[in-house]
Amino acid sequence: MSDVVERTLSVLPGLLGQHEPGDGPGRAGGPGRVSATSRLGSLIRSITALTSKHEEEKLIQQELTSLKATVSAPTTTLRLMKECMVRLIYCEMLGYESSFGYIHAIKLAQQGNLLEKRVGYLAVSLFLHENHELLLLLVNTVVKDLQSTNLVEVCMALTVVSQIFPREMIPAVLPLIEDKLQHSKEIIRRKAVQALYKFYLIAPNQVQHIHDKFRKALCDRDAGVMAASLHIYLQMIKENSSGYKDLTGSFVTILKQVVGGKLPIDFNYHSVPAPWLQIQLLRILGLLGKDDPRTSELMYDVLDESLRRAEINHNITYAILFECVQTIYTIHPKSELLEKAAKCIGKFVLSPKINLKYLGLKALTYVIQQDPNLALQHQMTIIECLDHPDPIIKRETLELLYRITNGQNVTVIVQKMLDYLKESKEEYAVINLAGKIAELAEKYVPDNEWFIQTMNAVFSVGGDIMHPDIPNNFLRLLAEGFDDGKEDDQLRMYAVQSYLVLLEEEDALYPQKFLQVMSWVLGEYSSLVTDTDPEVILPKLHSLLRKTYVTFETKVWIMAAVTKIASRTSCSKTVDNLIEDFSNSLDTCMRQYAFELKHLCEDKALMKSLLPFDASCKDMVVDASLSFLDGFVAEGLGRGAAPYKPHHQRQEEKLSQEKALNFEPYGLSFASSVSSSGVTGRQSPTGLSFGSDTSGNSAEKGHKETNTLKLEGVRKLWGKEGYLPKKENKVGKENEPQTVSCGGLLAGQVGDPPASLSDQVASLSEEFKEKQQLASTLFIGLGSNAGVSLMGKADTATQKFKRKSKINETQNSEEASDFQNSAALDFGPLIDTVPINMEDCEGSIHTRLRKASLCSSDTVEDNLAFETPQSLKKSGLDDRLSDSRLSQSSLFADSNIEIFQPSPSAQCERASKTPLVPSLPEELEELTHSEVVELCQSDALSLYSCKVWTDDSLLLTVFVSNKTSSALHAVNLVFEEAEHFQILESLTYRFPVIEAQSVEHCQKCVWMDGVCTQGILSGSINYQSEMETCLEFSVTLSLLDFIRPMEMTTEDFGKLWLSLSNDVKQNIKMSSSQDSLSAALNTLQQKLKLHVVDVIGNEGILACQLLPSVPCLLHCRTHSGMLALWFRSPCSALPDGLLYQCQKVMEES
Amino acid sequence: IHFILLFSRQGKLRLQKWYTTLPDKEKKKIIREIVQIILSRNQKTSSFVDWKDLKLVYKRYASLYFCCAIEDQDNELLTLEVVHRYVELLDRYFGNVCELDIIFNFEKAYFILDEFIIGGEVLETSKRSAVKAIEDADMLQETVEEYMNKPAF
Repeated sequence: MSDVVERTLSVLPGLLGQHEPGDGPGRAGGPGRVSATSRLGSLIRSITALTSKHEEEKLIQQELTSLKATVSAPTTTLRLMKECMVRLIYCEMLGYESSFGYIHAIKLAQQGNLLEKRVGYLAVSLFLHENHELLLLLVNTVVKDLQSTNLVEVCMALTVVSQIFPREMIPAVLPLIEDKLQHSKEIIRRKAVQALYKFYLIAPNQVQHIHDKFRKALCDRDAGVMAASLHIYLQMIKENSSGYKDLTGSFVTILKQVVGGKLPIDFNYHSVPAPWLQIQLLRILGLLGKDDPRTSELMYDVLDESLRRAEINHNITYAILFECVQTIYTIHPKSELLEKAAKCIGKFVLSPKINLKYLGLKALTYVIQQDPNLALQHQMTIIECLDHPDPIIKRETLELLYRITNGQNVTVIVQKMLDYLKESKEEYAVINLAGKIAELAEKYVPDNEWFIQTMNAVFSVGGDIMHPDIPNNFLRLLAEGFDDGKEDDQLRMYAVQSYLVLLEEEDALYPQKFLQVMSWVLGEYSSLVTDTDPEVILPKLHSLLRKTYVTFETKVWIMAAVTKIASRTSCSKTVDNLIEDFSNSLDTCMRQYAFELKHLCEDKALMKSLLPFDASCKDMVVDASLSFLDGFVAEGLGRGAAPYKPHHQRQEEKLSQEKALNFEPYGLSFASSVSSSGVTGRQSPTGLSFGSDTSGNSAEKGHKETNTLKLEGVRKLWGKEGYLPKKENKVGKENEPQTVSCGGLLAGQVGDPPASLSDQVASLSEEFKEKQQLASTLFIGLGSNAGVSLMGKADTATQKFKRKSKINETQNSEEASDFQNSAALDFGPLIDTVPINMEDCEGSIHTRLRKASLCSSDTVEDNLAFETPQSLKKSGLDDRLSDSRLSQSSLFADSNIEIFQPSPSAQCERASKTPLVPSLPEELEELTHSEVVELCQSDALSLYSCKVWTDDSLLLTVFVSNKTSSALHAVNLVFEEAEHFQILESLTYRFPVIEAQSVEHCQKCVWMDGVCTQGILSGSINYQSEMETCLEFSVTLSLLDFIRPMEMTTEDFGKLWLSLSNDVKQNIKMSSSQDSLSAALNTLQQKLKLHVVDVIGNEGILACQLLPSVPCLLHCRTHSGMLALWFRSPCSALPDGLLYQCQKVMEES
Repeated sequence: IHFILLFSRQGKLRLQKWYTTLPDKEKKKIIREIVQIILSRNQKTSSFVDWKDLKLVYKRYASLYFCCAIEDQDNELLTLEVVHRYVELLDRYFGNVCELDIIFNFEKAYFILDEFIIGGEVLETSKRSAVKAIEDADMLQETVEEYMNKPAF
């Protein structure tokens, strides 16, 4: 190494001379000047001197080797170590691995004196990431430094904590940092707040109890501390703005003071007072005032003042103005302010500075939703920006246009977007833009031809990176069609024709997704085009199958298409060729398809019935019990084969053989897993022995009902990737019925510019005229006379396509993603039906086929997959009826399957009448329950609620008492969907009639879905007295409502404890009244409903469960007035929530 | 702010600070990509670039590029001023800062950055106290150094 360094050093002076012209004597005064003699210096110099990457690599490797030797040598002093660390950081920055030094960085932070420590901490924060295992070693050092009397040490510790800290060790430093909030130095207080912000970000539950301390920080006398606390508030308000409305006044006051220049002068930045602070506050106000006229009222003044004050021509004022405009358009509008804000936007947009122009466009995009007229004002600028050389400006302009699209300008805007799409290379931009174009095209389609052409362009450019929903939606649109059957066929025919033209080109490479779309459409609808012979289409598909670039998945699609086409023609030579080609294919799946095709071709009648024309939307009947296999199974059993046992049963048996664990405490979850997997397994009524009654039972019933099973329900729940959780109905708005009208589409291009423009036109140059024309086509329909809001929701613009009303809107999104399945489903029955035909000749071929399809193709796997959920759902129903509520409930807890049937038990109970003052029915009266609370009332009725804590759920009983002298009919109780809670059965309840002066009640079983300390379940009740009246109410539910004791033995506790991974530890102080362990345990047992498993010396173990069956174990130990709590649970949020409750009850008692 | 990169006109990285956790390989790829994007940009274009789902905000000071990655809803102009403020802080600390100061004293540049931005949020808005915090720490350093009676590095 040394010779390399020497050699380079000799060259250096000449080289460095060019680089350091300014390093004259006048500049040497800074506090941290280059020390040319340092080793780092020489390292850097020698690297600068090198010419090739290879040489650099060699040099650094040598450097790293020598560093490695130095740092691990025991004789190395800390001082030298510090130097080494700096060099290591440098090497790491250049991209060379230096993990051997990480541990030494931690050591340096631990042992060094101040400056060595500082470098150590820096190295740690640069080297390690949040989840790095070595970080745990740093915790002790941080704790020590936080307790140090030296301010600088405390500062350094706080800085490193707020950069990286292991989440699970937060409790170790939290009390120390809380103490620092009272420190006399503001810099310490500020950094402590910053550290708490970091904690809030990574583990919000752990700092729940110190919210009042945040408030104190907000009121701190030092502006820096206050500013730091705003970060926390911004975050908290983002998550829940309603909880902090009371602070609006304070935020407004602070902003007023800042804007008014009341802050110390050194917070000024280019003579603007504390700009970062201002922007934080503006954002907070925006969040608070959104959709809230009362809160917004408070901030109008200060916003006005901010707009007025920000007048200096500097970037930072523009930044504040931008934020101001956003806030003004976010909160409840006030026309005066909106006007001023609009003027402001004008300043941005018209600025010659490109950065400001961009921000102006961004603001315009934001506000255009509320005020489309603004786009008209700036239309010429927008046109200019459309051809701007800077891509970001172009893209923002397109985004803006996207938001003002309507039925009249869609062709022009989509054309512009397509132009940009063709140019852009970046993957993310393509995905984004392709999605938008597809959305607009589908929403505002002017005519069939245009739609297909546009989608073709999207598919060929967007290729395989675009969102899979796009082709799925497109196919669904084609398949489901619209109200007008003729129109549908035309669209389909046009699609077929355009694809045939595209496939004409021999060498064209199309993306896989596009090919899949093509093959599906050709397979389904090619027969619509009567003048094209299938013999023309089939060879094209055949040649595609032979192409190497076509992926396996696409080949499956193509094969499906070939099969469909073949079913509609009499024998075809191409098909025969194809079968011949692929019967010997090495690819088992292709071979399988070829065989299937061959057999189907031999029996045309069967083929026709299997693949009916245009049946992709029809329901399908599937024999999910696979009863046709009975013979095969019986034969197998007869030959002495062991009966099939489903996976869970095998596991159960294995476990029971061990006999080590007592399962009683987990009865709930276990029972459910038995029945759920019991019905998941494919049942056949051939007498396979099932271990438990539950599953045997459901198997029988499952069989009875399988013949009537419809595929409909299944498609919506299961997709290619498995189970699809219920999604928001995002496609919903597209389905709103729109009036059909397609006239006057081109009118916009020809003329009809807005009146304000028409008089100017005469005197303008040709080029300008062109732009004018573009503008008029782009902005048509936007004028104030049009008077329509252009955003999607309130869209009244023309729309051609109208979805069939039979489609259930809530299911659209699921259906969309499942479309791919159903496309391949046409093939599905083959697997099940083919074997029947061949059974006599080839008894075993069927199993082979199945195996092949299972392992080789995911498309085929789907076919198998859909059988399971069906039986799952069905037998889930059966379980309900047979009153095994536990298993049913946990089944449904995870799978979101909604069943719209009132619980039978609730119905019977309701029958008995109760007096006007509500009281619980007898059977519930014995259970623990809360007091009856009034929720709301009107002239006619009052609403009461009562929580009943049963062993397996929270029964929320709602009483409705009719105070009038006449009967009320059709009283509907509706609960809203809550984020954290799940109401079993349905969200609604209907009282057919409530007699005069009487009380009716209903019960709802509630579970907690996501762990939270407290949540609100709201709902409304509506009834018809003299007029339709609707009363709103809300019930507060806390975590404790869902916690139940869990009984178990100490031994089980130990085993379960070891198997759980999420743990949280915390020490809490015990008050004098409960200084003994038993007192503390008593409190926990009574207030939190925990089950005390055992007490050993000064340690106690407790167990509880979150309904339905999430266990949480607690280990507590007392020592010197502190209670050490240690939670473990399979659910990560549960320990945090329980810890919070523990802290609360311990403080209270 | 997701991360900050400082690099020279030749594309050499001078300083990197990440506020999100990413594997090293990913980081290297991102750095290479971003340096290439920014260096290839025309001087007349804006200071903002779309990059994946983030936006890059960059500014050139002499031969050094300062680049921050922010989210779409963040304020681009403000980020530009964050960069500027950082340069001002460096300038105040080093006294007429140049690229070489940052190359040879990069750990100090890191210290200043840490005083200014923590966890991707601007912490200190008062210039004086930021520099003062560093100088305080430095003073201690110098005292100790005098005591040890040896030059730094």
